[in-house]
Amino acid sequence: MAEFWSGFLLPLIIIVLQILAIVVPLLVAVAYLTYAERKVMSAMQLRQGPNMVGPFGLLQPFADGLKLFAKEQILPAGANRIVFYMAPMLTFLLSLVAWAVIPFDYGLVLADINVGILYLFAISSLGVYGIVMAGWGSNSRYAFLGALRSAAQMVSYEVSMGFVIISVLLCVGSLNLTAIVRAQETVWFFIPLFPMFIVFFISILAETNRSPFDLPEGESELVAGFMVEYSAMPFALFFLGEYANMILMSAMTTILFLGGWLPPLDIAPLNWIPGPIWFALKIALCLFVFIWVRATMPRYRYDQLMRLGWKVFLPFSLFWVVLTAGVLVAFDWLPR
Amino acid sequence: MIVQSLAFYVFSAILVASGVMVISARNPVHSVLYLILAFFQAAGLCVLMGAEFLAMILIIVYVGAVAVLFLFVVMMLDINFRELRSGFLQYLPIGGLIGFILLAELAVVLGAWIVAPGAAAQVAAPAPPIDQVTNTHALGMLIYTHYVYLFQAAGIVLLIAMVGAIVLTLRQREGVRKQNIAEQLARRREDAVVIRKVPTGGGI
Repeated sequence: MAEFWSGFLLPLIIIVLQILAIVVPLLVAVAYLTYAERKVMSAMQLRQGPNMVGPFGLLQPFADGLKLFAKEQILPAGANRIVFYMAPMLTFLLSLVAWAVIPFDYGLVLADINVGILYLFAISSLGVYGIVMAGWGSNSRYAFLGALRSAAQMVSYEVSMGFVIISVLLCVGSLNLTAIVRAQETVWFFIPLFPMFIVFFISILAETNRSPFDLPEGESELVAGFMVEYSAMPFALFFLGEYANMILMSAMTTILFLGGWLPPLDIAPLNWIPGPIWFALKIALCLFVFIWVRATMPRYRYDQLMRLGWKVFLPFSLFWVVLTAGVLVAFDWLPR
Repeated sequence: MIVQSLAFYVFSAILVASGVMVISARNPVHSVLYLILAFFQAAGLCVLMGAEFLAMILIIVYVGAVAVLFLFVVMMLDINFRELRSGFLQYLPIGGLIGFILLAELAVVLGAWIVAPGAAAQVAAPAPPIDQVTNTHALGMLIYTHYVYLFQAAGIVLLIAMVGAIVLTLRQREGVRKQNIAEQLARRREDAVVIRKVPTGGGI
């Protein structure tokens, strides 16, 4: 019995507590990201934003959540029940499981696996299933059109994302996320790989279906795209999943290009601040740019979106991978 | 150890069950979804064996790209299943033959292992021991040193297949309006706008 306790039960309880320690702050962050988006966008459009519920409207996300909880769930006639309800669950689940490999500080990571970046890439490439299943399962034309757009869009931008990740990996020599951050102790990768940083950032906008690439939702022509038939909690799960994905992609950008938990300069007042706080600040910066872009840019046309992905980003990132490899070999800078 | 074997049996059982469902599900979209489930279980088995690189590549390539396009096509097709099902028995012999050949090949591979345990030591380029390098390194060392020509040849075969697919499906159509960005940008104000004085009642 004692062996059972120390061998199985105790590690299990510890792991569950660790997971909760990641997921609960993440969900709070998601709730306040929606609030931050509304506040920042309202400031950019010279409005007030939410300011009624609680001081400065700080309790608005919880009021919204409560409202969605209390609403009626509707299953469209002719919808495929299992696929219809599985889609939002899948979207939400995928946006949470990826956090298992994110390092918040040196050694502060749930699962320090060797192929961390591939795991992140795999999870982010699965996000399309939630949308495709939602579109097909709803048995609605608008939802189906949104899902088709989304499938093509996400597959296209994954290709250039893959090349960007390869060019970072060439400079690191490891697939481990902790190793990627530690390789940036001298210089953060967004300086030597600046064009790749831009390509990556635009690709993650497309990957998370955010404006200006929010064609799968396209409210002006597809009402709300793939989630038009969803209401109440299934809708809330899509919503939470989208915002959690934004935070995840910002964390990925931070790890690949902005030096993860490292302070900008390793000097006295800056390196007193603990790593997780730097990490959170950098994520917040990326998220601000997400919102900024949404408040600024008009939506792309679909053919322009495809042209950008396949005819601009793909050749350019392929060229840059070859260039990076060439420079690393020519100057003998390859990591050992 | 118990947890590992338990995980192995769970993964394998779901893998086999979803494999059966792929061919027996009524709705082709459900079939593709079961196929994706099967890929996942296979990736889980790879992780259990310590081949985490292969597991991740399986998910990225097959689940993340190939199966998405598969689902994309299957969702849009309007198939009459009853018609499809009527031809089932017609193809049963050839399908059974392929299955039997694969089974026989597996038996030969496993049989060699059991009959001659020393056979594994005779390979031209043995894999590095797993406790010294990660399996990503081990794979890279094998593929890019010992088998680099075969690897490149496989790449060329795939490239030719891709070019062939494009050539087969590409058709030149006349009178299609395409957006030419360079032309649009090169357009000057003088080419597009003409300002004229229009006298009252005169017209142009």
